[in-house]
Amino acid sequence: MTPSGATTSTSSARPAVAVGRARAGFDAGRIREDFPVLRLTVNGKPLVYLDNAATAQKPRPVLDALRKYYETECANIHRGLHWMSEEATRDYEESREKVRQFLGAADVSEIIFVRGTTEAINLVAHSFCRPRVRAGDEILITAMEHHSNIVPWQILCEQTGAQLRVAPINDEGELLLGEFERLLTSRTRLAAVCHISNALGTVNPISEMIEMAHRRKVPVLVDGAQAAPHMPVNVRELDCDFYAFSGHKLYGPTGIGVLYGKAQWLEEMPPYQSGGDMIRSVTFEKTTYNSLPYKFEAGTPHIAGVIGLGAAVDYLNGIGLERAAAYERELLEYATERARRIPGLRIIGTAREKAGVLSFVLEGIHPHDVGTILDREGIAVRAGHHCAMPVMERFGIPATTRASFAFYNTPQEVDALVAGIERVQEVFA
Amino acid sequence: MPEVRELYQELIVEHSKKPRNFGKLEGADHEAVGYNPLCGDKVTVHLKLEGDVVREIRWEGSGCAISTASASLMTERSKNKPRAETEALFAIFHKLVTGGTLSEEESSQLGKLAVFSGVKEFPVRVKCATLAWHTLRAALEGTKSVTTD
Repeated sequence: MTPSGATTSTSSARPAVAVGRARAGFDAGRIREDFPVLRLTVNGKPLVYLDNAATAQKPRPVLDALRKYYETECANIHRGLHWMSEEATRDYEESREKVRQFLGAADVSEIIFVRGTTEAINLVAHSFCRPRVRAGDEILITAMEHHSNIVPWQILCEQTGAQLRVAPINDEGELLLGEFERLLTSRTRLAAVCHISNALGTVNPISEMIEMAHRRKVPVLVDGAQAAPHMPVNVRELDCDFYAFSGHKLYGPTGIGVLYGKAQWLEEMPPYQSGGDMIRSVTFEKTTYNSLPYKFEAGTPHIAGVIGLGAAVDYLNGIGLERAAAYERELLEYATERARRIPGLRIIGTAREKAGVLSFVLEGIHPHDVGTILDREGIAVRAGHHCAMPVMERFGIPATTRASFAFYNTPQEVDALVAGIERVQEVFA
Repeated sequence: MPEVRELYQELIVEHSKKPRNFGKLEGADHEAVGYNPLCGDKVTVHLKLEGDVVREIRWEGSGCAISTASASLMTERSKNKPRAETEALFAIFHKLVTGGTLSEEESSQLGKLAVFSGVKEFPVRVKCATLAWHTLRAALEGTKSVTTD
């Protein structure tokens, strides 16, 4: 296999035969052809894109869908009487149905299009929590949350006098489930937890956590930004109250995301933003709101983004998320095994249940220097605190270097990463 | 194609591993904290002025190799120098790392600081190189803290 964007392995590299072309016939080399960007060279080297937890690359069908909308049906939706508006409205609403199926939701009225996970969480904080949270109440999160699942709750607490509670994690980066359960009390108004940690890769036992919370009648918001693109999710099986994810991490466009909410909650909630499209009728005396999901989609939405997201969902269905997840797991295992053999390298986040994230520190070398040197080798990783400063503090480090995988990555790219790390150590030798 | 070695010259790597004038300064009469919120690098500069001359200078903090080496070389260079000279030197240094054109006269004043010439090829690292200098200037001006924003 010679994927177009992969570098050849170093002599010491022994990519497992299985990975890459894959057990279960998973052919990353073939899949790479769908992603035009993966043909790029950076600094004269083939691009090795290992920053998928930040944003994922876009396959051709997503790019085609965006182009099709702008070239052949660029119109506003839900109100035009002309042909293009009808086409665009149909494609937009078809995307909603695709997302409903993708998440296993009961009804399309439960699928709200937002800008991304951040906006979805803010919507819940504002419309769900604000009216029902009082001084002395509590919001429960975990110690591995992204800033976007910390700050909205801090603001809510400031505004209402509620308290933010944080369930701790162990040295492997796993949630202390007993502590989480203990922190669920009669005062808890919401548990807001990530499905997969962006900084550590930990996969939380989310079903169990939801069960625990529901036993105490606590609703649960799941931040699925890192999970939805990397494992099958079924919101009805999980029985979560809210589930949020971003399109751009799911191989779709930026600026579009989804909030799933149980209809019973969404019906009760006041609008988040107001304006056109979210109303049924307006007089200067009184406005009646539109029905779900439109009540939460004020103004002209990101129509192209929604249509592009629908194409991304179609693409993922074609690939099969289950198979992709298994492949990404093999890739992570291979990367972990190789990384462990590098002297002076310490992996941050060693949970038993882990998704394709390899966060690490190198003894005596700052992650930003690692990031710069890897970039010169054409390798794109993230170096920094990953918008999870409390996680860094928990591990007593200022930052990590993070390689995060997608199903189009290959063992040869892992080898390139390892060679890149060796180069970093050479520079600082 | 800028090579990574042009950025990480030996002197930079050496100073990043063994930073000079590192630690607290008892009886400092000026100090400031510099912070780069983008990457979390932090530099505290302590100094003692005698008239207009920086008589003693030490620094503390944590950051990448570029910011550490820059703080280290900055303290070496500004010790026992009149503050006007240091401020003029910062202007030249800033030009160097942002890719400005230096006159021969200016280049000749850089001395060891010329090892930072590679930074201009790495725009995102400019703030790493200038953080310590911004902090020194804040300390001299009596400002307590400064960020690279």
